[in-house]
Amino acid sequence: MGVMFWGGFNTALEFTNTEEFCTGCHEMRENVYAELQDTIHFTNRSGVRAKCSDCHVPHDWTDKIARKMQASKEVWGKVFGTIDTREKFEAKRRELAEREWSRLKANDSLECRNCHNYDFMDFTRQSKRASDQHSTALAKGEKTCIDCHKGIAHQLPDMTGVEGW
Amino acid sequence: MKSFIISTLVMAFTVFSAFAQDDIATLRGEAGLNQEGAPPAMSKVLNKDIKRKRNYPMQPPTIPHKIDNYQVDLNTNKCLSCHSRKRTEESQAPMISVTHYMDRDGNFLADVSPRRYFCGQCHVIQTDANPLVGNEFIDIDDLLKVEQAQ
Repeated sequence: MGVMFWGGFNTALEFTNTEEFCTGCHEMRENVYAELQDTIHFTNRSGVRAKCSDCHVPHDWTDKIARKMQASKEVWGKVFGTIDTREKFEAKRRELAEREWSRLKANDSLECRNCHNYDFMDFTRQSKRASDQHSTALAKGEKTCIDCHKGIAHQLPDMTGVEGW
Repeated sequence: MKSFIISTLVMAFTVFSAFAQDDIATLRGEAGLNQEGAPPAMSKVLNKDIKRKRNYPMQPPTIPHKIDNYQVDLNTNKCLSCHSRKRTEESQAPMISVTHYMDRDGNFLADVSPRRYFCGQCHVIQTDANPLVGNEFIDIDDLLKVEQAQ
């Protein structure tokens, strides 16, 4: 009985991490998912790509459960149509973006680093601008990925007053 | 007489266009009008961060790096996140010139003038494609040098 519950729970958890689930609503499919599709994290020379949960859901179990519990608020948002039109979404874009920026800032861009490992970066294969920044600010821990790489997977909101813009 | 002139002109034009056909390189290439030629390979954007000399008088500096997916719209301007006056100290990128802060009457504004906001209207990336036509532009300094030497 316990095994069945646990298995079912985990299967449900996995299901909510799939792209089909995330893009099941028009809010995601027609806004953020559409924007993702011409970025490097969706289409590129080698065909490796990130899906929603790679960046937006922590991989560690406890953190994942915490995030999933937070995400129950998104069910509320869906039911009451918080962003069910393009206009409503655009009006909330800054708030939504800031929530993700602060999450990534707080965990030192963990979801970026799940794939992009600093220790294995070859600066000689980076452009001069990139290696300059990565070998100084990033190396010293003064900056984390999200400090510079905002808006790489989705469109940016009005950036007035955002640090570094 | 009139018909003679016309027929001579027509003949001259036909001969001329026959010659001209070989000389003119078109983007379409060798393919006939009713055919679709093989497109050339996509050229790569030069990304070496090395500033280039100008290719004609008053040329806006070309962009020496990739600008894939740089967002420049009502919400934000990715270029200015490094090149604006308040950002260059940290980014060490070239600062956009003071003219970008002027309106068309020469008044200085606190921020980039809306008419200068869309960087890509004047500043462009360069690719490794071979130019279809050469450029014989010589900069004024070089011209003066030649003149002084004489």
